[in-house]
Amino acid sequence: MVWEDRPLLRALKVTKYFGKRVGCCDVSFDLWPGEVLGIVGESGSGKTTLLQCLSGHWVPSSGRVYYGEGTNGLADIYELPEPRRRYLMRTEWGFVHQNPREGLRLRVSAGANVGERLMALGFRHYGGIRADVLNWFHRVEIDRDRVDDFPTTFSGGMLQRLQIARNLITKPRLTFMDEPTGGLDVSVQARLLDLLKGLVSELSLSVVIVTHDLAVVRLIAHRLLVMQQGKVVESGLTDQVLDDPQHPYTQLLVSSVIQA
Amino acid sequence: MMNSLIAVQDLIKSFVLHLQGGIRLPVVNRMNLSVRQGECLALNGPSGSGKSTLLRLLYSNYRPEGGAILVKHREEWVDVGTAESRVILDIRKRTIGYVSQFFRVIPRVPALDIVMEPLRRLGMPTEEAREKVEGMLRRLNIPGRLWGISPTTFSGGEQQRINIARCFVVRYPILLLDEPTAALDATNRQVVVELIREASDKGTAIVGVFHDEVVRSAVSTRMVDMGPQEGSV
Repeated sequence: MVWEDRPLLRALKVTKYFGKRVGCCDVSFDLWPGEVLGIVGESGSGKTTLLQCLSGHWVPSSGRVYYGEGTNGLADIYELPEPRRRYLMRTEWGFVHQNPREGLRLRVSAGANVGERLMALGFRHYGGIRADVLNWFHRVEIDRDRVDDFPTTFSGGMLQRLQIARNLITKPRLTFMDEPTGGLDVSVQARLLDLLKGLVSELSLSVVIVTHDLAVVRLIAHRLLVMQQGKVVESGLTDQVLDDPQHPYTQLLVSSVIQA
Repeated sequence: MMNSLIAVQDLIKSFVLHLQGGIRLPVVNRMNLSVRQGECLALNGPSGSGKSTLLRLLYSNYRPEGGAILVKHREEWVDVGTAESRVILDIRKRTIGYVSQFFRVIPRVPALDIVMEPLRRLGMPTEEAREKVEGMLRRLNIPGRLWGISPTTFSGGEQQRINIARCFVVRYPILLLDEPTAALDATNRQVVVELIREASDKGTAIVGVFHDEVVRSAVSTRMVDMGPQEGSV
């Protein structure tokens, strides 16, 4: 069989303490190119802490996070020189926040928000950047004539789509998402999920997505980690974990979903 | 195991309900089974005898407790009970097609795109995939005006036919069919019977649950009684 022989991201016993309190503990997994990994669990289970450690924002107390970079094999992201890590975060990685206002700059135009990462990559031709930006407005289904408006005039669902365009325009190899559909009403959620799923397969994005919404991971994630009190209590293919949960906590989680 | 595509050995599966006092429900107990190319195996037995569970185990949707579930994938035997996630995803992409009783799709996505997805994943160009899918939808009597609409609003029978179309547009070497005609009228039931027979003739190994006796006797080449399992309560 022909497999990529190197994971894109490898977590090895990632542990984060806040003083004596455990954020996440001993989390290990490999993420392969084109794979979407869902992390589920209730509030306070350590999902977001883990995501922050994986995405280069918080240095773990112990354990390592490796990234398959260039031709150099796996590099520990916290041993990379700071400028290099910052550069990766701006180019090869994306981060979609639950609240789009945290991932956008509200004082510049919507178009500038989307074009910014291209400029970080060294693109300087204004016309080229603008064409690319307009193309991304179309892909995330935002009217092109809103390109010069400020994000403050956008609805919640539009802001989230704008944030996604801002992240994906550089075709990142790895995207982290923290409850991307969290603050949206149900009709907008479905639309965003459909959009995300399309982009994930089109660009063969690798994604780590944190959510407490099991319906979201059912539709978008290949694999799941279930977290409780900072630890991974169960993992497997998404449908295995949801249809044949083994751990008492996963059984509780799955059986607590209210059917509409 | 000449020409066999599936070999189940000493398979054990039970469910432990932690939220109900840790009660253990045995479902499959030391089962052995093999399915060859061109065979269509019908699973018989009353509700709760483990027919759907076996299909789900074969698809790796449920995880076995013991034994092996060997599947011929890319010319090699793979135990789906222990294989890595990405190998299982590859098996589902290329080797095993599964028509389940459930219908789960993202709202808003048109029927045509949903049925095209497995072909697109295999790298088939859009136009070619579209042509194949349109032929399949026509054959299953899904009216053209529905192709551009999300099947979340379809009737049960229409949704079941979308599930069937999605599975049969790809030529998988192995098919798992869980009551594929349950919600269909006589005309469409006949279409599905023909699709299954054609697949058998081309050497597909099929395992299915067919409650409808007419369908069962029309498609199956062998039957297996699931009966009460040894050691069950």
